[in-house]
Amino acid sequence: MRGKAWKFGDHVDTDVIIPARYLVTADPETLGAHCMEDGDPDFAKKISQGDIIIGGENFGCGSSREHAPIAIKGAGISCVIAKSFARIFFRNSINVGLPIFVCPEAAERISQGDEVTADMEVGVISDETTGESWTVPAFPEYLRGIIAAGGLVPFVASGAGR
Amino acid sequence: MKRTLASQIIASHTTDPVKEGAICRVSVDFAFVNDITAPPAIDAMAAMGRSRVFDRKRCAIIPDHFTPNKDIASAEQAKKSRIFASEQKMLYWEVGRAGIEHAMLPEKGHILPGDIVLGADSHTCTGGAMGAFSTGMGSTDLAGAWATGETWLMVPPTVRIDFRGSISRHITGKDLILAVLREISVQGARYMALEFGGDALASMSMDHRFTVANMAVEAGGKAGLFVPDETTLAYAEARASRPFTARYPDEGCEYAKRVEIDVDKLTPLVAAPHSPDNVRPASTFGDTEIQQVFIGSCTNGRLEDMAAAASVLEGKKVHPSVRCIVIPASYEVYNACLEKGYIRTFTEAGAAVCTPTCGPCLGGHMGILAEGERCVSTSNRNFVGRMGHPKSEVYLASPVTAAWSAVKGHIADPAQEEA
Repeated sequence: MRGKAWKFGDHVDTDVIIPARYLVTADPETLGAHCMEDGDPDFAKKISQGDIIIGGENFGCGSSREHAPIAIKGAGISCVIAKSFARIFFRNSINVGLPIFVCPEAAERISQGDEVTADMEVGVISDETTGESWTVPAFPEYLRGIIAAGGLVPFVASGAGR
Repeated sequence: MKRTLASQIIASHTTDPVKEGAICRVSVDFAFVNDITAPPAIDAMAAMGRSRVFDRKRCAIIPDHFTPNKDIASAEQAKKSRIFASEQKMLYWEVGRAGIEHAMLPEKGHILPGDIVLGADSHTCTGGAMGAFSTGMGSTDLAGAWATGETWLMVPPTVRIDFRGSISRHITGKDLILAVLREISVQGARYMALEFGGDALASMSMDHRFTVANMAVEAGGKAGLFVPDETTLAYAEARASRPFTARYPDEGCEYAKRVEIDVDKLTPLVAAPHSPDNVRPASTFGDTEIQQVFIGSCTNGRLEDMAAAASVLEGKKVHPSVRCIVIPASYEVYNACLEKGYIRTFTEAGAAVCTPTCGPCLGGHMGILAEGERCVSTSNRNFVGRMGHPKSEVYLASPVTAAWSAVKGHIADPAQEEA
């Protein structure tokens, strides 16, 4: 994954990621067009395919709406790197196949507009603008199984989730 | 090994080794979605290749968010929910019978002490008041639970909160949880369970406990469990839809953190925009003018909340420049309000009373805010744009504080008004 960094602060909540007034559909493109709208009305128009969101602490706090990671994916964002994630958003992202990285150092050091690459398989994030890079600890084995299957739907379909 | 209440309940639902940080596959006692989260769950279950829910008496759809349907798109979502529920013969309540999920499900005895409950709604933690491990997830996780009767849980560390003293007319469950948020912040329990205990529980009815447990997620908590006592068991036994086994923390178990809240020293509290932990005494807001008051939601739409609001509004009028919207959270509450005369008290005071729905809490319908408007709300979130325009403001407070604010036209301190 490679893209330009879009930096946000702490506690980015799901109402900002996708306001409830748009929850009358779960279509990724429709939701994506309104991604982050109440924080930055032009966000979905300004980003390019593959760009990366950099969050602070507790990214995705608030509602259980799966529409939040779907909106981020639908907008064309390739992954989210944050200091920490709220737990429901964390689960939802794994389930819908939005790659996420928990890396406080990278989230702190990467600046708005930097060119960033992220590789989930080897667990490395690099800031191509500054030349810095960071190793990300792997997720627990059980979660790696869900990710490797391509999300919870194929995981359960395969019988792995029983 | 000595276990916290959360760990105890997980251990009773799995064959995996249960220790903090471990991932366990657990059996699920009850799993539900609402009209917003149902459609993706229905699609995900089909994509999983599963045609039946694991147990039709333990799986439910509750249309409560955008219902009665606010527009054609929400009507289509509700229709999809209704058809699926009918095909599955699972639990479902139509408009006119459906209350807000987190109020109605415990009333109907579907969330019980010792349970593991999953809901595709973040405020599923409300069920923790029953002494259940009740936690919110997304639609796909719910579909997995519907399909298999199981889910995965990481065994969380626990933050123990002890309430000391006793609640009173002005210091309610809402003030207690706002005090907790002020103390530990919106991420003080991220990926942890909260466990509530202390001598103040003796003064707390179930309604106050539901309010406290409801906002555990506002502290980042995955669950907020009350240690069961006589009050819990009496409520559960009178309503249980199936047998249950209450669980208790082991004496001497280890907590990640312990917090004591001296209830007797609290004053009425308000969370100012735009974070539920931005908490200050109600007395510090001066004459901050408001345009709307909302009394209801899964946080504060129960009978004692309605009684508290009615006791303030009895014989008084809502301030001329304020619209006051009252929404009982379920039909059990609504009908009790009718019998006790609260509905008449509200309408005579000039408040609007609506049918049970989540409605305005999430900016759905029945009370959306315009640019620059301020609302005192008994709900749980005051994020940017939560109840309407991104430049509107939401102040979270108890029903007593909200009702007094409706009368005064500004954020009011009930302790001062009734001094």
